[in-house]
Amino acid sequence: MSKQPILQIENLRVSFRIHDEYYAAVDGVSLTVNENEVVAIVGESGCGKSALALSIMGLHPLERTKLEGTIAFKGKNLLPLSVPQLNQIRGKDIGMIFQDPLTALNPLMSVGRQIEESMDYHTKLSSSAKRQRTLELLKRVGIPNPEKTYDRYPHELSGGMRQRIVIAIAIACEPSLIIADEPTTALDVTIQAQIMGLLKELQQQMKTGIILITHDLGVVAEMADRVAVMYAGEIVELADVNTLFSRPLHPYTRSLLHSIPSVQTRKEKLHVIQGIVPSLQKLPRTGCRFKSRISWIDESEHEKNPILREVAPGHWVRCTCYKNFYFPQDNIGDMNYGIS
Amino acid sequence: MLKFILRRIVIMIPQLFLLSILVFLLAKAMPGDALTGRLANNPKMDAQTLAEMKEKLGLNDPPYVQYVRWIKNLMQGDLGISYIHQQPVTDLLSERIGNTLLLSACILILSYIIAIPLGIVSGRWTNSLADKLIVGYSYLSFATPLFIFALLMLFVFGFILGWFPTGGSVNIQVEKGTVDYYISKINHLILPSLSGALLSTVGTIQYLRNEIIDTKIKDFVKTARAKGVPESRIYSRHILRNSFLPIAAFLGYEITGLIGGSIFLESIFSYPGIGQLFLQSIMQRDYSVITALVMISGLATLLGTLLSDIILSAVDPRIRIE
Amino acid sequence: MAFLKVNHLKVYYPVRGGFFRRVIDYVRAVDDVSFELEQGETYGLVGESGCGKTTTGRTIIGLIKATAGEILLEGKDLTKLSRREFYHYRKDIQMIFQDPYSSLNPRKRVLDIIAEPLRNFEKLSPQEEKRKVQYFVEKVGLHPESIYKYPHEFSGGQRQRIGIARALTLNPKLIIADEPVSALDVSVQAQVLNFMKEIQKEFQLTYLFISHDLGIIRHMCDRIGIMYRGQFVEEGTSEEIFHDPQHIYTKRLISAIPNPNPQHRQEQVKLRQEIDKEYHNSYHQYFDAEGRVYPLKRISETHSVAIP
Repeated sequence: MSKQPILQIENLRVSFRIHDEYYAAVDGVSLTVNENEVVAIVGESGCGKSALALSIMGLHPLERTKLEGTIAFKGKNLLPLSVPQLNQIRGKDIGMIFQDPLTALNPLMSVGRQIEESMDYHTKLSSSAKRQRTLELLKRVGIPNPEKTYDRYPHELSGGMRQRIVIAIAIACEPSLIIADEPTTALDVTIQAQIMGLLKELQQQMKTGIILITHDLGVVAEMADRVAVMYAGEIVELADVNTLFSRPLHPYTRSLLHSIPSVQTRKEKLHVIQGIVPSLQKLPRTGCRFKSRISWIDESEHEKNPILREVAPGHWVRCTCYKNFYFPQDNIGDMNYGIS
Repeated sequence: MLKFILRRIVIMIPQLFLLSILVFLLAKAMPGDALTGRLANNPKMDAQTLAEMKEKLGLNDPPYVQYVRWIKNLMQGDLGISYIHQQPVTDLLSERIGNTLLLSACILILSYIIAIPLGIVSGRWTNSLADKLIVGYSYLSFATPLFIFALLMLFVFGFILGWFPTGGSVNIQVEKGTVDYYISKINHLILPSLSGALLSTVGTIQYLRNEIIDTKIKDFVKTARAKGVPESRIYSRHILRNSFLPIAAFLGYEITGLIGGSIFLESIFSYPGIGQLFLQSIMQRDYSVITALVMISGLATLLGTLLSDIILSAVDPRIRIE
Repeated sequence: MAFLKVNHLKVYYPVRGGFFRRVIDYVRAVDDVSFELEQGETYGLVGESGCGKTTTGRTIIGLIKATAGEILLEGKDLTKLSRREFYHYRKDIQMIFQDPYSSLNPRKRVLDIIAEPLRNFEKLSPQEEKRKVQYFVEKVGLHPESIYKYPHEFSGGQRQRIGIARALTLNPKLIIADEPVSALDVSVQAQVLNFMKEIQKEFQLTYLFISHDLGIIRHMCDRIGIMYRGQFVEEGTSEEIFHDPQHIYTKRLISAIPNPNPQHRQEQVKLRQEIDKEYHNSYHQYFDAEGRVYPLKRISETHSVAIP
């Protein structure tokens, strides 16, 4: 596998204005995505994964967002670019797939036109050539009867079909990077399997890099090459997928893996992470951000200013608290659900 | 489509029937009858002639007989005779309905011409100075009573400045069909329609503004941005089309409302339309005209909702009428 | 006698057409469904969106009227009861809803939210009511003082527990949980699921657990019914469904679950392809000419499959 980086995020901070004060939802994230590589960003709601995804193409409302750091796409920093400059890249070099295929499509425009639209701005194709290419794309994303579907409106298609349309839009101009924000979350499990298969297949054909944003570790296990686990705006662990699932280190990663009900084995109790995710305004900005949720671990195990450290080749972990981390026996299934 | 319209029209029949009963009962419940007005005009009329006339007109028949007679005539297009004007109501109305429709159309078009650009500016650049001014204007116009505003307009532009005529729908000295005739007609329309339009924009502005604010954060707009669609096209192709839906849907109702709202405007500007006629008829208890007008506005309401549905199905692919 | 017995339940919605809007067809949301729940067990209804699982749940609790069939709660047919009679049974069945954000009235205090069923069914003095609400609030792991707060002051998991407290106040026998954790994050989801298991033991509850998430169903349920287009495809114990699925639809559903071990990625893809092939090749063994499944056929004491 070639290791040509296409996206290099350096020390990214994404802050949102809440009552005249800026709060960082993404706080010092560095991440590289290589060509032909699927990098998953996994975490729970509010961890900053979606804010990160939207900031790459500058899709946040400008008037109340502050972006700092660098997001270099093929060596060029995207952050200082104006919207018209970004429009040269959006849809052409970077494609995006959204979570809910029903709301992600314009209800008043035929799906064929919606796929074609990005070609209007990024290619000089004639309208018949665009139509031809759209029909090919429809076929490529597994839509039976492309001719007929071209003139259909989103509401006339099933959820799975709609998500295929969203994917066709994303790949219309053969981008070298696709950002997929929870691409299968709104879908039924059998459709999810189909869409995951389709994405994987397209990625292998086009050698595209994919940033896969998801909360579903099952989807990560099936799709990703590398995984970044995010908690409270920071990456807490970064590793290749096999390492992450076979030898997870950070307490948050381990807790997450413990709290998912599994189809294979049946446990009486699931692991419960104490407390709740602090809100953006109340987030402690110094020290280990996961500290309050593993209160049985001694203070001295944490670092003062935890950094993401490479503990094995390609395996990065934040803070030293992972070294002596354990699950307390009595924590499992206790009645203290974190009165806050 | 045709089937749908036919079906809706068929459904209208029982609705109109119910309305007719209601209108008839209301008219009967009002003090006085068709002759009271005439009596007032002609003090010489004695009690005996009055009784004879009552008998002749069938006013002594039981109410249901009167109702059946009325509805029978109604279905034949005979709306009765106006006792005040001493001419068939149909003739009376046909003169004025055209004027009212013209005025309503002018108000509607003018109010859209004013409201749509303002609504777009307001919704696109929310919280900007322009937005604040526009919102201020729309609140002000919402709070201003039409009859005061119209009187003010009439006073300033009609009497003080003398730019526009202060009454009527056309200069009667001009010969019908000439260019001057049409110019005079337009000249008479400007003041009432502007007064109406300036105050009726608030609904459209607020609707459009809110729709745009709601639509611009929708996911499909994000999808369009992620495609690299320029900002101006984001608005023209994606946001505005979706934001216009409720306004298009509202058009039918708007028309109905305008016809109802013409009462004030026409009275203030002495504009000979059905609104003015309606007010006069109520004052003078001209029942046959009142009942005819209520029936007509009822029909207009039903047709307005039908029109709304048809427009909506034409612009929104999700609503398809087979 | 079964605690809850659903017999040939049908919920049809008319499809109208033509000039006079006559009924020309029916949408068979629930089409001849029968199953039984024993007291104290958790029965899972699984299927993809539109399969009729939610409609089934809502029909049992009386939110939707059954077109035909019986719902026997401890031998009493709920579908035949008058409104007044049903009222008494209504408190034996409670529901937990999917979205903790929209199922609690934002303008009401937790006290009023939880006390609402009490006020409908029992005449309690304000003190008694408060004591009872606080008891349940503590049971669901919230601070007793939190009864004066409003829903927005709580996290998603806490809100769902408020919803559960509300369902518990009338000592129900059966709780219908419709996707109770789908709107929650994984760690919060674990909290709520653990908690549901605990109160089940404590209050001897019977659960009808409706979900599309097979992992959660596997974790929670003793027995499972798989639904497809309004009908049952397969029914059996958790073990049977997950380790010995018989119907091609069940197999497909189970193989579609993401495999949490990245090392088995290739095998999982292969398995799905094989099952897809089987699905297409042997389609007519499992589905009739109209694409509907056959009636259930018992293949063991506990396991039934819809095969001809």
